[in-house]
Amino acid sequence: MELAELKELADKEKAEQKPIRIRCCTAAGCLSSNSQAVQQALTDAVTTAGLADRVEVLPVGCMRLCCEGPLVQVDPDGAMYGKVDPGQAASIVGTLQGGQTEARVIDTNMPFFRDQVSIVLENSGRINPERIEDYLSVGGYQALLHVLREMTPNQVVETMTRSGLRGRGGAGYPTGVKWGLIAKQPATQKFVICNADEGDPGAFMDRSVLESDPHRVLEGMAIAAYAIGASQGFVYVRGEYPLAIHRLEIALRQARKMGVLGTQIFESPFNFRIDIRIGAGAFVCGEETALIGSIEGKRGTPRPRPPYPTESGLWQAPTLINNVETLANVAPIITRGAEWYASIGTAKSKGTKVFALAGKVRNTGLVEVPMGITLRKIVEEMGGGSPGGSIKAVQTGGPSGGCIPASALDTPVDYESLTALGSIMGSGGMIVMDDATKMVDVAKFFMEFCMDESCGKCVPCRAGTVQMYRLLARIVEGEATAADVAQLEALCDLVRNTSLCGLGQSAPNPVLSTLRYFREEYNALLQPAPPAPPPSNQRIPLPVARG
Amino acid sequence: MNSITLTIDGKLISAPGDQTILEAARENDIHIPTLCNLEGISAVGACRVCLVEVSGSNRLAPSCLTKVAEGMQVQTATDRLREYRKMIVELLFAERNHICSVCVANGNCELQDLAVTVGMDHVRYEYQYPSCSVDVTHKEFGVDHNRCILCTRCVRVCDEVEGAHTWDVSGRGMQSRVITDLNQPWGTATSCTSCGKCVQACPTGALFRQGSTVAEMKKDRELLDFLMTAREKKQWIG
Amino acid sequence: MTDAHPSGDKRFKLLDASMKRYQFQPDALIEVLHKAQDLFGHLDHDLLLYIARNLKLPPSRVYGVATFYHLFSFTPKGEHTCLLCLGTACYVKGAAKLQATLEKQWDLKLGDTRSDGKMSLLGARCVGACGLAPVAVLDGKVSGNLNPEALLQLVKGWDGDGTR
Ligand SMILES: Cc1cc2nc3c(=O)[nH]c(=O)nc-3n(C[C@H](O)[C@H](O)[C@H](O)COP(=O)(O)O)c2cc1C
Ligand code: SF4
Ligand code: SF4
Ligand code: FES
Repeated sequence: MELAELKELADKEKAEQKPIRIRCCTAAGCLSSNSQAVQQALTDAVTTAGLADRVEVLPVGCMRLCCEGPLVQVDPDGAMYGKVDPGQAASIVGTLQGGQTEARVIDTNMPFFRDQVSIVLENSGRINPERIEDYLSVGGYQALLHVLREMTPNQVVETMTRSGLRGRGGAGYPTGVKWGLIAKQPATQKFVICNADEGDPGAFMDRSVLESDPHRVLEGMAIAAYAIGASQGFVYVRGEYPLAIHRLEIALRQARKMGVLGTQIFESPFNFRIDIRIGAGAFVCGEETALIGSIEGKRGTPRPRPPYPTESGLWQAPTLINNVETLANVAPIITRGAEWYASIGTAKSKGTKVFALAGKVRNTGLVEVPMGITLRKIVEEMGGGSPGGSIKAVQTGGPSGGCIPASALDTPVDYESLTALGSIMGSGGMIVMDDATKMVDVAKFFMEFCMDESCGKCVPCRAGTVQMYRLLARIVEGEATAADVAQLEALCDLVRNTSLCGLGQSAPNPVLSTLRYFREEYNALLQPAPPAPPPSNQRIPLPVARG
Repeated sequence: MNSITLTIDGKLISAPGDQTILEAARENDIHIPTLCNLEGISAVGACRVCLVEVSGSNRLAPSCLTKVAEGMQVQTATDRLREYRKMIVELLFAERNHICSVCVANGNCELQDLAVTVGMDHVRYEYQYPSCSVDVTHKEFGVDHNRCILCTRCVRVCDEVEGAHTWDVSGRGMQSRVITDLNQPWGTATSCTSCGKCVQACPTGALFRQGSTVAEMKKDRELLDFLMTAREKKQWIG
Repeated sequence: MTDAHPSGDKRFKLLDASMKRYQFQPDALIEVLHKAQDLFGHLDHDLLLYIARNLKLPPSRVYGVATFYHLFSFTPKGEHTCLLCLGTACYVKGAAKLQATLEKQWDLKLGDTRSDGKMSLLGARCVGACGLAPVAVLDGKVSGNLNPEALLQLVKGWDGDGTR
């Protein structure tokens, strides 16, 4: 197939589309509010109204404002309705014939929508994720074809490097540099892994991308594979995301059938096969070496790096691991150019970032914003502020991140600024907390998470998180003294510096950031000195020196 | 392998380029504490007591896994490292029920030795008091989970040296336990060849020979050293 | 060649087919465990041993892997399951209250199945529907924006009168 043919396919698909399209969200959030029934009711209403020849109803992915689901939007004029009930379907269709609807109208000009910049989510909510033809109609797989026909692997790596794209899985490692490291390896067997483990509780960007636009991720993987010289890829998805898995399976089947994946892709010598591997409920498997172990059918315990997966990863072969969102950025960078991408964002953090906005905020859902936007703009303007009063803190980075106080909301969102505040960019979870949220409780919540999710391999994380959790529990119960807080801080230092993997190394972050900004909440819970003697003192028969 | 030079604790050392910091230090009589490491089986870097400071890096490096490099400057016993080691040992003591005075390994236990080396005089952390069982169903050996530090030396020696893979770890985090076969009584684990290597590899009194005295436990350990040297270096020195 | 399971249970045939698809590769252990749990509801010792034999893996390795991952369960689940999301967004929006309500109503603890086998109360790390927090998954169906009263309303009938 040549570009002209691919474009022809896209045009044909577009020509077949009916002039009026009613899009109905069928991502997991809206599905749980009965959007399937809404879609059916809309389809029936179109038939009843005799409009079937020029109106179509299509299931699409996430339209972002999840709190208002099920969401329905009507093209071409873009009217959007929220909390749609199947009973309102007839009147929504009626508006096409000049009628009125009692359905709740959503203002698509409000900052929540207006201030978004769409790259990763540009097809989300616009196309049917279960039809490859829909993806083709928006230019899908043209970037892959272009790469195979016009670019050397080196040029692809170089383009990614120039774009300034950094990993969206949390650590922010420059994507082009990572690809280059693997491309240089002489090995004949190499792998590409898409990290779709999204374990950070409170994050749902990757789920949304997979449910709304799975081909975008597959295309990114194929381009990556071409650049580094891999012929096999894996998508490692959380077992908790059945719909994402289902849609990925459909997408893979269609892509193989169409010849955009598999052997001799686009009649070139390039072969690339993708398989799905399903996680089984372990946060630590998002860590790259644990993830590799899990794909190899083992316990998901991290192993020390070096060697990095770029040299020795899956079955000891050089392995590229990228996050879902990172890979979803690849095709547009190829299509529109590295310079275009690098023009968005800040000096060191390029492009956009998708955040999952949730918690005590009016508008919950997904926002894609240019790097460098302030937190205030996201939570107060786009998010509409907190319904119950004032915002106290914003949590980013989940259990590896920290709580940013309201006083720092004017900080721009980029990797370095968030790290300087004691949090991290993380994968994109953003939880808003209001005055009712107790910060020591939050620290305890995350420590319990890390304790339960610790793989147990290394001592500081396995045993240290337990002790930190117990200290936090004592503080919350009002049984602790200043000495316990000092003990807690010492343990934070130990666990951060001596743990084997990122889980343990970052587990202290929620404690450290709440201590940094909300220490008075800790102090208010403390007992006055003198401290009770440490409980351990009496019982332990100390080791006797050998004699 | 070409030889490289580095300094460990200020001492100029030359070592083969494929050695780990730990090996190079040991050959030069510099003692770095270890728990999960055992010569002759793979290194896992799990206990973290062998961490050292390498100048130019802000990350601590596990010396059992980090290879020496030309011009490397290593510190093995700074105040910070000493404090970390002490804390790690205390965490281990608080994690299970270690009562040295009634343990078969008393006086011959790597954990106990390390507690003495790091100068542990009490445990600052709350005892977890997990409920742990003792399994004496095997005709010769026993396992006392109260004393297990999850170093996985038994797992590795059984898999890598004996080839039986009777042992593995079940659960995760603080629920982790070493198991035999399908988490069944050791005596019923059909894959076990009763070779006793795990007992010899165990740094604490968690795995023991039934009815053994302290002196016999010590002899066992030497037997394993013999075996490892034989395997690794093809030298049969008893 | 598979050692056919002596019980003659048809589900073993399906499991065999799945293992065959992965060419009995030890790497496929987690895939096979997923399949086995789909077929049998939970993983008992007999089943784990059967998988170990067929993938030619040591039993301790199979047990170690299965118990590492929290989605695998080793005891039968109740007729109905309520999976409460305990992720951050749900936590901030009062998931603990939902948990306390059901624990009291059903007299069991999170993670347990009631002795009459009617219901299980489970917790999840985050079901990814944070926009609708707090969320519960009731017999596989996601319900959002819950409060204790709404949740009790939804599980009414699980307790015996057989309406669900
Ligand atoms: C405990 C832990 C959990 C992680 N979870 C995830 C995850 O869920 N998704 C993800 O993409 N990366 C996760 N990571 C980061 C990965 O290890 C890895 O850095 C990332 O997938 C690389 O992709 P990127 O360069 O595209 O960001 C996690 C890291 C740690 C230490
Ligand atoms: S830091 Fe925690 S999760 Fe990572 S290897 Fe150590 S115990 Fe496992
Ligand atoms: S039984 Fe002994 S060798 Fe095995 S993990 Fe426990 S302490 Fe280590
Ligand atoms: S001896 Fe190096 S980490 Fe245990």
